Amino acid sequence: MCGIVGLFIKDPKLEPELGGLLSTMLDVMCDRGPDSAGFAVYGAGAPGAVKLTLRGPAGTDFAALGGRLGLPVAPRDTHAVLTIPAGREIEVRARIATLAPEVAVISSGSRMELYKEVGLPADVAKRFNLAGMAGTHAIGHTRMATESAVTTDGAHPFSTGPDQCLVHNGSLSNHAGVRRELEREGLRLATQNDSEVAAAYLTHRMKGGDSLGSALEHSLEDLDGFYTFVVGTESGFGVLRDPIACKPAVMAETDQYVAFGSEYRALVDLPEIGKARVWEPEPAKVYFWERAA
Amino acid sequence: MNDITNTPRTLPRTSATFDDYTLSEIRRAAATGIYDIRGAGAKRKVPHFDDLLFLGASMSRYPLEGYRERCDTSVVLGTRFAKKPIELKIPVTIAGMSFGSLSANAKEALGRGASAMGTSTTTGDGGMTQEERGHSKTLVYQYLPSRYGMNPDDLRKADAIEVVVGQGAKPGGGGMLLGQKITDRVAKMRTLPPGIDQRSACRHPDWTGPDDLEIKIGELREITDWEKPIYVKVGAARPYYDTALAVKSGADVVVVDGMQGGTAATQDVFIEHVGIPTLAAVRQAVKALQDLGMHRKVQLIVSGGIRNGADVAKALALGADAVAIGTAALVALGDNDPRYAAEYEALGTKPGAYDDWHEGRDPAGITTQDPALMARLDPVAAGRRLANYLAVLTLECQTIARACGKSHVHNLEPDDLVALTIEAAAMANVPLAGTSWIPGVNGNF
Amino acid sequence: MKSLGSDDARIVDLSTSTLRELNGALHALNATNETLWRVLNPRGLHAIAAGVDAPVTIEIDGHVGYYCGGMNKQARIVVNGNAGVGVAENMMSGSVHVTGDASQAAGATGNGGLLVIDGNASARCGISMKGIDIVVKGSVGHMSAFMAQAGSLVVLGDAGEALGDSLYEAKLFVRGSVASLGADCIEKEMRDEHRALLAAKLEAAGLAGEVDLGEFRRYGSARTLYHFHVDNVSSY
Repeated sequence: MCGIVGLFIKDPKLEPELGGLLSTMLDVMCDRGPDSAGFAVYGAGAPGAVKLTLRGPAGTDFAALGGRLGLPVAPRDTHAVLTIPAGREIEVRARIATLAPEVAVISSGSRMELYKEVGLPADVAKRFNLAGMAGTHAIGHTRMATESAVTTDGAHPFSTGPDQCLVHNGSLSNHAGVRRELEREGLRLATQNDSEVAAAYLTHRMKGGDSLGSALEHSLEDLDGFYTFVVGTESGFGVLRDPIACKPAVMAETDQYVAFGSEYRALVDLPEIGKARVWEPEPAKVYFWERAA
Repeated sequence: MNDITNTPRTLPRTSATFDDYTLSEIRRAAATGIYDIRGAGAKRKVPHFDDLLFLGASMSRYPLEGYRERCDTSVVLGTRFAKKPIELKIPVTIAGMSFGSLSANAKEALGRGASAMGTSTTTGDGGMTQEERGHSKTLVYQYLPSRYGMNPDDLRKADAIEVVVGQGAKPGGGGMLLGQKITDRVAKMRTLPPGIDQRSACRHPDWTGPDDLEIKIGELREITDWEKPIYVKVGAARPYYDTALAVKSGADVVVVDGMQGGTAATQDVFIEHVGIPTLAAVRQAVKALQDLGMHRKVQLIVSGGIRNGADVAKALALGADAVAIGTAALVALGDNDPRYAAEYEALGTKPGAYDDWHEGRDPAGITTQDPALMARLDPVAAGRRLANYLAVLTLECQTIARACGKSHVHNLEPDDLVALTIEAAAMANVPLAGTSWIPGVNGNF
Repeated sequence: MKSLGSDDARIVDLSTSTLRELNGALHALNATNETLWRVLNPRGLHAIAAGVDAPVTIEIDGHVGYYCGGMNKQARIVVNGNAGVGVAENMMSGSVHVTGDASQAAGATGNGGLLVIDGNASARCGISMKGIDIVVKGSVGHMSAFMAQAGSLVVLGDAGEALGDSLYEAKLFVRGSVASLGADCIEKEMRDEHRALLAAKLEAAGLAGEVDLGEFRRYGSARTLYHFHVDNVSSY
């Protein structure tokens, strides 16, 4: 039960402002989800490199960890982004587990960085200096916890695959069963959260060869309940609402961007919003925007 | 040659699984093709307040002198956001029951009895009647999925607004009022054709989920200029989460209704098989409030199977601020009275078992719209009976509170209680009598 | 809040005044000569002009959030933009006019008055309506007029899936296509009295003579669900 925001930049001139715009959108959605917040930003990547977002307890000395790993690290509050050569991910993850077992790897990808914490969304955005981040697209979430605990692990977005993340507003009614099936297939889930099940489900489908669009189509058959998903990948973002579509969703598009908000309020400070095409995504219809490679 | 009559035989044996009641229901279903619809709450035996006992004061604690030393019973509801909180003289309120399901006389009697004792009554799924508003000093106006009769004038006339998300008898389900009770007046109030079977929706038409409920509550507060306390009522199923979410949605008061709570009419399978007992729900709801630091700031009303002052005291000791009664109030008015035994028999039932409230043939004139039957209930006398009954509940609750050394019934606490059964100990989170053992104390609740 | 002398409109800018100030002032109106209000910078805020009970005109310049004009009585409210969930919910009388699109549950449970939407309305338009008249110049989404009890829904465009599911006595007129009819909703013959009713609703919405009545089809309740019958069990 939550608020969702998403922004996909079409005009490169706007890329430096991505974090600033998303931060403002996130602030407005505080009411819908005062418990915790999180966001994924698709920023610059380097060929052959992978970014791991790490999260540790307050006071974690990420610089020292980077030093011991011999890898560049960029700390931000309780999180840090470690940039590693693509071939070394398994080895580096294993070394982190040994050197700093209290540190979790919460995302991996060539461009995605992911941050989330418990607290008022406006404060969370400030702690990580979201406003200072640049990139091509980003999604964010403010959470009113329903059945799972108010913890950082339970905050959105959930990432269960490289450069993939998902945020969710609603409540799934068959997530326990889907979770058991995914676990039987070998996926490991970190929380009891229904949204993580949705993220893992999409990752599982995409590993099996589905495109994001096709994975979303299948979720209409396999996931029961009320939901609005916004999903990010390396090159784009997608939106899906369940067939009953009780949870709100508003989209806006201009020549410069495509934006998603749980409510129109989230979009009001976007550039030239008065001239944007504003509409409500249809139920059970997959929307997807992709950047040219 | 075998003599069959002399050979010992086992006795005829009926099945515990397929007992007489079950067999009769199978036959009824086979004959009609419709599920059994009835009123009232769960009839099966479930762990209840009877399974708890109070630890009266003796040497380690001192009791208050009964009749002399003060033991307050007042309760203030809606102190969180409302400009005009409600103050009740007793911690027992009357639960929502609609005009339509009840006769106008019965609604008037509820208003008279409750007002005499300084407590509130509640409308139901059918709007507010003049009789009810006129005779209720404090009236809670329910905001239901159907929105029958909903209008801003009555909203402003109410003393509090109760957003009904669910009911203990049927969490997740909507109501049903069969054609016999949709008289011209009921039909007009609900904007329905007279005589049809009315089906109520299970979800609100213009919001779903706590994040949108917060916006709906904001609208109701704007319309009523932030004066009225806003309650959120849920049927007990996942009371920890539901209570927490009601608080996050901005409720002033949370109402948790256990599975013994009654209804005017719904499927029997719903009443008996969906939801959890009141006893199991109270502590979870209280825990949610405590975890959010909102216990006593957002008030908790508990309902479902409250019958006597001991039940009231136990609900308060477990952390509720007040209780609500429905079925017991109807019985106090005269529902299921043995003096109508012959008429109940003619309906194929007996006093104490009559639950076909939806059919509108109530011999006691309470759950009916039939003018002749309605006339049997004298609202003044019935109101007096209800006031008497409410007085007894209050006196009994006070008696127990004094015995536990409390100068206010709200000072009763879980530590004043022990349980007779392991089930009750686990559900109420109090020790088994004579031990310090609380089953599952290491669990989450 | 300030009054501007030029057109005697009372101007409320929601970037400098609070929603409470606006609604509080609107609720305080009795016999007033402040009959024209303009609301600036609504910025998607919720419950704008909810609970008004006065014969005034309120023009809102921009998109509004949930429940704009909720439970309106008497007032004429114009939203120059899009409206969020439940615009004019439970309206009693007066009118609400949305010049853009409306979100879900537009006119939900409305008892009276007129709701006009120039653009599209999404899912559940007119859900549980109890006497309101709704005219949508664009299309309506799925489950529109669900359990609609009374009043009329006029759609100049198309209707989504399950139009009029579990319908009671509301009257539905659709000019375009209907994706599917809900349980117990059927097409009905358009007789003179229905054409007259439709013409009156179109006229009230300012569309007199602009659309051809002959292009509309009428839908209503088959009334088979009014009394339980085992043979209808698949519809329950």
